[in-house]
Amino acid sequence: MEFVEQFIVPKFNYWIYVVLMMIGMHAMIAKNNFFKKLIGMAIFQTAIILFYVSIGVKEGANIPILDHHMMPGEVHANDPVIAAKFTNPLPHVLMLTAIVVSVATLGLALAISQKIYREYGTLEEDDILSQIKLEPND
Amino acid sequence: MIPIFDIILLVFLVVTALIALRVRDLLAASMVFGIYSFLICLLWAQMTAVDVAFTEAAVGAGVSTVIMVATVYQTARRSKD
Repeated sequence: MEFVEQFIVPKFNYWIYVVLMMIGMHAMIAKNNFFKKLIGMAIFQTAIILFYVSIGVKEGANIPILDHHMMPGEVHANDPVIAAKFTNPLPHVLMLTAIVVSVATLGLALAISQKIYREYGTLEEDDILSQIKLEPND
Repeated sequence: MIPIFDIILLVFLVVTALIALRVRDLLAASMVFGIYSFLICLLWAQMTAVDVAFTEAAVGAGVSTVIMVATVYQTARRSKD
């Protein structure tokens, strides 16, 4: 019980990210269907992105957009910016790239799996392997 | 302290991930994966990462689901596991 209060409850989000990562990893390794493997890959990638974004979160902070309250004729150029009021935007910017890359890898992998389906008539790994073994003189 | 809304979203995230990997109908799997992407989008909006939430809603939930459904129609809909 003490272990739960000390290690699981305060860092519950990290536990969930690791669980998601392991679900994706297990799907990539153990699933037989290529489409299921790709869903596992996407889950793995989103778990990593979630971990990075949650690093930048601060308690009581708002979205990282400056609000200048610019009325006509007013100048607030020298107002101090308090960093504790804003979430750290650096992980967000890095993870935007990672999201786009993950969609690119998913699209390429789905295109290759369509090509494999046209060649072998199935997306199941064991069927494809048995068809490859049956082909002579390789 | 993690907000209670975050905890609900995280639990649903694991549930949808498991469902997406367990169903044998691949069209249903891609739809459940779309739900998973939208839950992640909500989680990011809750984490005050609105730019990432926009990108995930457009690219993750929109484009990935569409290309997944297109692939399911080009290939087999049934899966053995």
